[in-house]
Amino acid sequence: MTIKLGVPSKGRLMEKTFEWFAERGITLRRTGSEREYAGAVDGAEGVELVLLSAGEIPRELAAGRIHMGVTGSDLVRDKLADWETQVAELAPMGFGHADLIIAVPTCWADVDTLEDLDAAAHAFRAAHGFRLRIATKYHRLVREFLTREGVADYQLVDSQGATEGTVKNLTAEAIADITSSGETLRANHLKILSDGLIHQSQATLFAARAADWQGQEAALAALATQLGVAPPKL
Amino acid sequence: MASKAAARATGERYLAAFRAAGAVEIAPDILQPADALLDLYGEDIRARAYVTADPLRGEIMLRPDFTVPVVQEHMANGAEPARYCYLGEVFRKQDHRGASRVSEYNQVGYEVFDRADPEAADAEVFALIAGALAPLGLNATIGDIGILSAAVEGLDTIPERKAALARHIWRPQRFHKLMARYAGLVSAPETRAAVLAGGRADAPWIGMRAPAEMEERIARLTRDAEAAPIATADVARLDALFALRCPAIEAPARLRALDLPAIKAATERLERRLSALDKRGVDLSALTFDASHGRTTMEYYDGFVFTLSAADPALPPVASGGRYDALTRVLGQGREIPAVGGVIRPGLVADLEGLA
Repeated sequence: MTIKLGVPSKGRLMEKTFEWFAERGITLRRTGSEREYAGAVDGAEGVELVLLSAGEIPRELAAGRIHMGVTGSDLVRDKLADWETQVAELAPMGFGHADLIIAVPTCWADVDTLEDLDAAAHAFRAAHGFRLRIATKYHRLVREFLTREGVADYQLVDSQGATEGTVKNLTAEAIADITSSGETLRANHLKILSDGLIHQSQATLFAARAADWQGQEAALAALATQLGVAPPKL
Repeated sequence: MASKAAARATGERYLAAFRAAGAVEIAPDILQPADALLDLYGEDIRARAYVTADPLRGEIMLRPDFTVPVVQEHMANGAEPARYCYLGEVFRKQDHRGASRVSEYNQVGYEVFDRADPEAADAEVFALIAGALAPLGLNATIGDIGILSAAVEGLDTIPERKAALARHIWRPQRFHKLMARYAGLVSAPETRAAVLAGGRADAPWIGMRAPAEMEERIARLTRDAEAAPIATADVARLDALFALRCPAIEAPARLRALDLPAIKAATERLERRLSALDKRGVDLSALTFDASHGRTTMEYYDGFVFTLSAADPALPPVASGGRYDALTRVLGQGREIPAVGGVIRPGLVADLEGLA
């Protein structure tokens, strides 16, 4: 039996994750050919590396098929209902920063806050006969945020990519998406609402509550000590 | 937890009682067209209802509640006055774990469409449901959204502000933020002044919302900026109203003491309702009046609201209901009829009977 550690399988997120573990004395590396998703772990006993798409890591954690995993805190909150009952947050890792925000066309001079968005949505619905559309792929996070803030008369429309283009393409009136520098928003003539920050995401190490931890307690405690994190209550 | 068969058998018992009270049984479809429900409730219902696709009918929902299909059936085929009852499953997605958070359960309900005497109809529905559940010793709470709407309508301010507040009675958080802004307790966002002074963004126009829609809103914002703030004494009176919670028998006197002339007629309606409840043998001293009852969960109720709950706060209400005149207006395409109804969750009743 080993502790299965799920890590993003490519790109900057993988490299930064490898660096983060290396700083704590654990070497993660890919093995085999460049195209083969296989990996090895040096410097920690009983840990197995599983390379996965970052987007699938929340699901794998929820199912308990991996014991630990690295993914964006936004993805866990959005994909897992009642996420704290499914995973434990072990450590924010200090990279992969991105803000989930609500943005509207820059030309809407009258809309700067959620209060404005709500009022504009109400008038829009009366004028157009349907609810103001907000394009996003983060349905749960956005809906919970807007419910908490008391915004009405909107609807979410699914957008899995190129979300910033939906307003110009007339398939949405506003968007909720992640941004780090805001450049893509500006290029598409969108502005962020001043109180429209939904979640500040970063790469985070999670432990799965549903995973089989039987007989792994000692290995987990040793790993936690090595990583400098408090051992989770699972 | 009680078995489905036990829940069903318990439901049949109440259905028989509702039939005996003069209701006609109806059986709305489990598969409901999604568009009417989505248009009414928006994202709240999408988060809670199971949506699926039908090859011919498009998006459909597993029935999340009976009220809408019952109103639609009445508007399409009903004679007046009408009393309906039903028993069947409703389906709700649950986002949190918990023993009582089940995603399919039975509801047995009783609905009255009658113009003659709304307060008498309110009392009829409540007394029938509370009477049927009397052996369980539940806590009963009533409220009246009509009193809150009347208080908002009576505010000394411009119509736009009243409309914005009335729209958010069901979203207390937004309501109180707006109130703070209209009372001048919170200032408008910094960018507002520039917009009112004629400032416009140096950006190409994109999207379906038209420039004229923006100018219309800026005109509204200008009227708002010119309007006097709502007096803080009025805000305090409204806050006192929202916070009022007392034995129902004391409610009319306590409401009068709030010094809100605008709620006079609504308070008289409450009094008529209480006296109708009294005539039906409801003990008014055991009934709680909560002015804010129904503000957070039940947007389509616009008058009388009630719930009957077990002592365990983790359990959802065993029964709930209220008046939804506005819903019949929305679904009636120009027609409307005063309507009031309520539902019992027989599965919870069976659980509680099992504990006794």
